[in-house]
Amino acid sequence: MTRFEPVLLANIEKPDCHTLKVYEAGGGYSALRKVLGSMSPHDVRELVKASGLRGRGGAGFPTGLKWTFLPKDHPGPIYFCLNADESEPGTFNNRYLMEFDPHQVLEGVIISSFATRASTAYFYMRYEYPTAWQRVQQAVEECYAAGLLGKNILGSGYSLDIYLHRGAAAYICGEETGLIESIEGKRAWPRIKPPFPAVEGLFRKPTVVNNVETAACVTQILSRGVDWFKSIGVPADPQNPRDAGSYGPKLYCLSGHVNRPGCYEAPLGITVNELIAEYGGGIRGGRKAKAAIPGGISMGLLTASEFDCPLDFNGPGRYGCLGLGTAAVVVMDETVSMVDFLHNSCQFFAHESCGQCTPCREGTAWSLRLMQRIKAGKGRWKDLDLLLEIGDNIGIIPGTTICGLADGAAWPLKNAIRKFRPELEEYIKRTNPQGYAETNAVPALQLLGIH
Amino acid sequence: MPIVIVDGKEVEIDGQERLNGIQVAARAGVEIPHYCWHPGLSVVASCRMCLVETGKKDLQSGKITMIPKLVPACQTPASDGTVFVTESAAVKNARAMVEEDLLLRHPVDCPICDKAGECSLQDYHFQHGREERRADIKPFHSRRRSLGDTVTLFVDRCVMCTRCVRFCREVAGTRELMVAHRGAHEEIDIFPGFPLSNKLSGNVVDLCPVGALGDKDFLYRQRVWFMESHAHVCAGCSTGCSIDVDENQDRIYRLKPRENLAVNQYWMCDEGRYGWKHVHDPGRLAQPLRRRQGRAEIADWTALPAELDQRLRAAGGLTMVLSPFLTVEEALLAAKYARAVDAKARVILGAVPEGAGDERFSGGFTIRSEKCPNRRGVAQVIRGICGEAANWSDLLDSSPSSASGALWVAGGYKSDWIDASQAELLRAFPLLIVQDLFPSPLSECADYCLPAASFAEREGSYVNYNDRLQSFGWAIRPPAGVKTEARLFWQLSQREGMYRAETVRRELAEEFVYFSALSDAVPPDGIDLKLNRIAPQAAGATAEMGAIG
Repeated sequence: MTRFEPVLLANIEKPDCHTLKVYEAGGGYSALRKVLGSMSPHDVRELVKASGLRGRGGAGFPTGLKWTFLPKDHPGPIYFCLNADESEPGTFNNRYLMEFDPHQVLEGVIISSFATRASTAYFYMRYEYPTAWQRVQQAVEECYAAGLLGKNILGSGYSLDIYLHRGAAAYICGEETGLIESIEGKRAWPRIKPPFPAVEGLFRKPTVVNNVETAACVTQILSRGVDWFKSIGVPADPQNPRDAGSYGPKLYCLSGHVNRPGCYEAPLGITVNELIAEYGGGIRGGRKAKAAIPGGISMGLLTASEFDCPLDFNGPGRYGCLGLGTAAVVVMDETVSMVDFLHNSCQFFAHESCGQCTPCREGTAWSLRLMQRIKAGKGRWKDLDLLLEIGDNIGIIPGTTICGLADGAAWPLKNAIRKFRPELEEYIKRTNPQGYAETNAVPALQLLGIH
Repeated sequence: MPIVIVDGKEVEIDGQERLNGIQVAARAGVEIPHYCWHPGLSVVASCRMCLVETGKKDLQSGKITMIPKLVPACQTPASDGTVFVTESAAVKNARAMVEEDLLLRHPVDCPICDKAGECSLQDYHFQHGREERRADIKPFHSRRRSLGDTVTLFVDRCVMCTRCVRFCREVAGTRELMVAHRGAHEEIDIFPGFPLSNKLSGNVVDLCPVGALGDKDFLYRQRVWFMESHAHVCAGCSTGCSIDVDENQDRIYRLKPRENLAVNQYWMCDEGRYGWKHVHDPGRLAQPLRRRQGRAEIADWTALPAELDQRLRAAGGLTMVLSPFLTVEEALLAAKYARAVDAKARVILGAVPEGAGDERFSGGFTIRSEKCPNRRGVAQVIRGICGEAANWSDLLDSSPSSASGALWVAGGYKSDWIDASQAELLRAFPLLIVQDLFPSPLSECADYCLPAASFAEREGSYVNYNDRLQSFGWAIRPPAGVKTEARLFWQLSQREGMYRAETVRRELAEEFVYFSALSDAVPPDGIDLKLNRIAPQAAGATAEMGAIG
């Protein structure tokens, strides 16, 4: 198989690739010129819709469709928000784009804002990206200086201001309504829907929230065309009218126990095995793989025997995972204890739960305490049932929470326990030989404080 | 009419109504448990206690399509064909899960918690919770801290429904309360140096579905199951909030707002809430006093009414001052009695205590400047009897030193209302009878000083600033030695049997146009007397149009 020629990452090896000069030398902003010169917002929307581009932030919602949810003939203002609060564990594709090719992202933001008739865009970047922050800030300044942002862009009559907003390091700000609340200066508590942001979002006005990589894809679709985009990836299943297909290139974040971790661009639909072998250079130290996270920790777990899973929008779902997510593949080799993995996962979600909905706030914290008990050698087999029960009952899918954070907390629990139960039971029995089968209440552990 | 189906039962709703699942279920007699939802606050749908199954019935085919997951009833609007299922296994499991979650870190200190007995967490646990505790988590904390002058927060009892936070933002508009920290560390808190100090602060205690917010005034004073609630009306200002008086053995322990969408919605102010202390003040007048040659002696209620009646009839003229704290029934009995004694008796509206202006809160709640409950009602009674309502300053200005006959001043004020110079002016009356709660410069020089009833001891009706009449029964009995104004005037009028407010209300309705909307049974949220003022005008307008036609 010939290696895919990178498009989104085409520039990143060039010296000073983050500058306007280098970007324009490579043909940058020609898509924007074309859009502003010859297209209407409607044309751009239709084009993106026709391309089948699905949001790269995790949920995979068709971008063009999302744009059409905006009310028709709204007097404005309409807001465009770029979600660069990339906090999903294992994910760093947005960071690559923002650090090495910020103009490709900005071009996408300007085109997307034009398409959605927004005259103000908010660029919401997570706190922990200082380099990306500097480079995007520099890129925005370059754009203003070059007349690519501000009033009357390139003489087209279209005006756009971009505000760069730096988050305060909370995972929940990556949820689109949490992000909107955060920009408004409030606690990032996700909003109840409806109303959806497209109808009532930022400052109670229609709002579109898109991911950084989605914006970069918009740039490429406008520059290379719909046919190019649809030639890559996995076409929609004709048997399934609800399948929107998985078109285009995707940035895969490969990390964990592989020889060459990194951010790689590949067509949607590449399997985990291919990704590890062709891009990751195999498992580190010649060991055997044990499991992999298919797309950020929220998506659950694949066992080594499931590595033939294609990484498109439908693939991981067929293997019991939540979905493709952010396409951040974290590979674990045979030395990894699933107890440690699960403890780490529970700790993350207990720490990041915003605390609004009872099942998530208490469920994530309780699952962490159960994992602490197991790790402390006081676990019981029935704890696994309790963990499963928590996992099965929290989240937006069973309907018990407002946002999807709890689903993300539930999937590692469900997958790890269902796919690695013998190992977990063996650990509990080995570390707690007297009490592993106890089913009655036992004294609470002093060490199990609130995390 | 749109029809909503709750657990298989059809409920008709008005097409104009915007009801959610909880409200519609309540009409079907089904209680959906909830913590965060409150009819007076915005919907956040975060406690997840009200999860139900919902769907839509196709009106043509009759086929029901259910949503394949649980939804919060508080956030689900009811429209024609909406189906709610509130007792399925999935719903029961979700409720049990939320109850279990809320009790993970709860100190379960019900024996020392003020809320025990009226606590949603307690009630729902018995109704919907699991039988065993599966979490073995230690340690429990039981922290408390003051949020302001009125409220103490019991941090670990909180279920994070955020009703109190939303109240301070949406109704009080003062925004003192907030949620601090994140996830399971969340706590309700204030900013250092910015305590909870608004005039509606006590409402957050009522709003709290659990024992997290304690009212410092009520804390540890009384177990709720010992108290009895009596529907009443606040006498603090002319808003006339509907309230419940919670008492045990004739002692008030707290006042709480009673829902009345036409007056106070669900709220009351702290001024009213804590404005009952005078009722049990040891300084209250509790015996009728007769003054002879400057010496006061305790009079005997058995013979006193006849004695008063005789002295009044002999006085050759009567001026009667009716306090705006009296009920309309009492005012009518008193005014009629005055005219019976002296056909030309002057009946005057007593001093109206005024504050420094209305205080309006961002949610619309208003504390009125007029610090008495019934100026309008009493004035209307006087106008009905005498044709015009003279007021207190008219009396003081009309050089009462030249006055003759008797002066009867019905007071009932809970604080100082008359100074020595005013009292000096009124001394000129040869016979001075003062009826009041507390000794005053006027009562010091009265020939007869009679103890008055407090608002909680009265039975009758108040008319608020907006012409809304609300009736109430007595909540507590007056202290021994105190005869309520109503009973005294009933007796003086030589009416048969005991005072009955309904009888007097019927007279009011029959005799005065203003009160003609009154019926025997006044609904719990009162009657709008304005309706009747519009009716004759409307009738007149129709007649005119007929004439033109």
